[in-house]
This record gives sequence, structure tokens and C-alpha cells, in this order.
Amino acid sequence: MSAPAARVLNRAGDRAGVAPWRRRVSAASFAVALALLAFVLLTLACAALTFPPLSGRIVDQAGIIPAATELELEPKLRELEDKSGIQLVVATVKSLEGGDIETYANQLFRTWKLGEAKNNNGVLLLVAPNERKVRIEVGYGLEGTLTDALASVIISNAITPRFKSGDFGGGITRGVEDIITVLTTDASEWGKRPSLRAKQDNVLDPYIPIAIFLIFLFVMLYLNHVASKAQRGGWVRRGGKTIFIPPSSGSWGGGSSGSSWSSGSSGGSSWSGGGGSSGGGGASGGW
Amino acid sequence: MSFGTNRISKIIAAILLASFVAGCGYNTIPTLEEQAKAKWSDVQNQYQRRADLIPNLVATVQGYAKHEKDVLTSVVEARAKATSIRIDASQLTDPEKLKQFQDAQNQLSGALGRLIAVSENYPDLKSNQNFLALQSQLEGTENRIAVSRRDYIEATREYNTALKTFPTMLWAWTAFRGNKPMATFTAVEGAQTPPQVKF
Repeated sequence: MSAPAARVLNRAGDRAGVAPWRRRVSAASFAVALALLAFVLLTLACAALTFPPLSGRIVDQAGIIPAATELELEPKLRELEDKSGIQLVVATVKSLEGGDIETYANQLFRTWKLGEAKNNNGVLLLVAPNERKVRIEVGYGLEGTLTDALASVIISNAITPRFKSGDFGGGITRGVEDIITVLTTDASEWGKRPSLRAKQDNVLDPYIPIAIFLIFLFVMLYLNHVASKAQRGGWVRRGGKTIFIPPSSGSWGGGSSGSSWSSGSSGGSSWSGGGGSSGGGGASGGW
Repeated sequence: MSFGTNRISKIIAAILLASFVAGCGYNTIPTLEEQAKAKWSDVQNQYQRRADLIPNLVATVQGYAKHEKDVLTSVVEARAKATSIRIDASQLTDPEKLKQFQDAQNQLSGALGRLIAVSENYPDLKSNQNFLALQSQLEGTENRIAVSRRDYIEATREYNTALKTFPTMLWAWTAFRGNKPMATFTAVEGAQTPPQVKF
């Protein structure tokens, strides 16, 4: 009788003895948890800006671009990337979160990593309708093409006048068109001149492949002739050496430009930034 | 034979040691240092870019606002002073030097701000295409300066943190005793408010 009672007492004493210790531990862990929570909240607060995910070439967080405009712009943006590797993205945001549009655009650009990593050839057209601000942020690699002055002209001539009258779709469309024009005219400095030259001596153009083919044919015939002659004459070794034509036979029709075009990231559902960066080039405007 | 294995084991030990040292962050401090230095040269480039725009700007304004001699000369003088101070990457640990640089550039910012403010009074100048282009370039350059400064501040923060925090701190005590924390920009001028070049 006394033994169970002692056990019970003992247990009670245990409980009585442990409880404060446990309470202290739980208080300490609670404090730690609170500190951690505070830390997380602080870091979240310090991480200043939040950005919408890069869901496509047009990220309309503010919901101001009409669906028809979006459908019309998307192929243009894709075509630009397919042709030149330049990633041009249109973004609208609900809020700049208290900062200026320059900082927001630069950090958004760097978060999305627009443009190819090697060339930094990305462009971001950012519209903040609530702050009535717009910015063209240009990647490092395109600063020489789409200069600050040109970006500024595009904003003040093509974009803000339309925004003033509430025509966001029109302003963005014109802005994108102008940006593409600037980007492609300069890039085709080297692409255009050969075509101009080609126009001048257009007459000879269709005959070039024929000429090449004829020369090729002659060479073949000649070699064959030499070889057969050699074989006939018994100069076997020389003959064996001379007939090495096959590997070069494919080269005249192939051209050199095969692989370089396909290197851009193909536009699919998993489209993303290519790793480019920007150092604050471009221009801003308001309306 | 035994000499051979001894040698091989030595080589293996050296490789192991090297990978261990690299794995323990031996490379962190030099890497961060070089990054910060590169960011600094970017800062200096952007300031230089601004300085390069100024002669053209002054010439354009002069054509329309001859009476504003004071403002124009103050810009030219401030530019001369600002471009005379250049900081080598090796001098970045000297806060005094960086302060001089910053002061000179701030002075130039102020002079430029006055020049732009004054030019508001000349409608012909304001509608001059050349002036407009220069203005947008200047604005873009100010923004680039802000970005490069931010990058530099971030890079020095990382470097200075590496010198003071645990795993890398050991290397700062031993192998990189000479490495001092780099000076960074004081927030007095504030990268968030570039001079009154906004329109």
C-alpha cells in the first residue's frame, strides 16, 4: 500500500520538479522562434521589392493591355528574339512599391535576366500606370544601339501621348514597334549593305551556283581524267592520292550560316530570361 | 619504388590539401576583392562618361544663354576638379580618398543641376534637339551612376563581410593579413536622389 503511494508521490514530485524546467525550455524555444520570425520578417522587409514572375514576353500585372493587343504583340516579340536573340519584354506593374521607376526597372531586369548572358541583349518596357511612369530599360549589350536619347524619344513621341489619352494598348504597341525598328535597323547595318550590293549586281546572282557547279564539274572531270590516265600509265600511287574529292563535295551548297541562327532559346512554354544584365541604360518618362 | 610511392603520396597529399583549402573558402576573399574592384572601375567609368558629356552640353547651352557665365564656368571648373581625382583600385581601402572623390563629384552634380535649372529660362534652348538629346543622355548617365554605385556598395559589403565573418575570417587572419575593408559611399548624397536632372 505504501509502495504505490510512494510511487505516486514520487511521480507527483517528478512532475512538480520537471514542470518549471520544461516551462523554461519552452519559453526559451518560444523566444528563439520569435527571434527567427522577426529575423525572417525583417529580411523580407529588407528585400525591398517584390516582382511578378516572368510568365511570358508580356507580363501584364496591372491588367491594362487589351487581349487583342497582347495577341498582336506576342508574335512580334518572338520574331525579334528568333531573328536577333534580343529578348524584349513588356511589363506592367500595379505598384513601384514606393521606389522610383529607375531602380525598380533595373532590379526587375536583373531578376528576370533578360537577354543572352553573353550579349546582355535584353530590353524591358516597364509601365507603372498607378504612378504614371514608364521606362525603357536597356541591357548592357544594347546601350550602343538603343541609346538613352533614342529611348527618350520613343517614350515622349510614341508612348506618353497615347497614355495621356488612356490608350495603353496603342502606346505600348507603338513603343514596341519603335523599339524593334531601332534595334533591327541598326543590327542590319551589316545585314542590309550586302543586300543593297546584291541588288546592284543582281544580274549575276542566279548564275553563281551554276558557275560553281560547272567549275566543280570541270575539276571532277579533270581529276577523273588524270586519274584514269595515271592508272593507265601505271602511276597508281599518284592516282590514289589525287582522288580525294568526296569530303569537299558538300561544301559549296551548305553555306556557313547554319548553326548560328538556332542558338537563341526557343520560345516555348518554359520560356525564360537568358541571363543578361543591365546597368541602368535607357530612359524614363511620365504622363 | 618506395621513393616513387612516397612521391605519389606527396602529390596526392598536395592535391588533397589544395582542394581542402579551396573548399574551405580560401578563394572567397580574393574573388570578392576582385569583384569589388571591378565594380569600382565601373563606377569610375560612369562618372567619366558624365564628364565626357559636359563639354558638349556646355557648348550647346552657351549658344543660347551667353549671360549665364557664372553657372557655365562653375560647371567647367567642377568638371576639371572632378576629373582630376581618380582612385586606383588599390586605394579603395582609404576612406579619405573616396570621400574626396565623392565630394568632387557631388560638386559637379550640383553645378550641373544649376545649369539645367538655368536652362529652363530659355525656351529656344529647351526645344533644341541637341540639348534634348544631351539631357536624356545626362539623365541616363546619372541613372547608370546610381546603378554602378549600388553595385559597388553591394560588392564592398560582401567583401567586408567576408573579412569579418566566421569561415572566411580565418583566412583574413592568416593568409590575407594585409587585406583591409574597402571604403564605401556614404549615403549623405544618396544614390536615390540624383540631382535635379528630372524633368
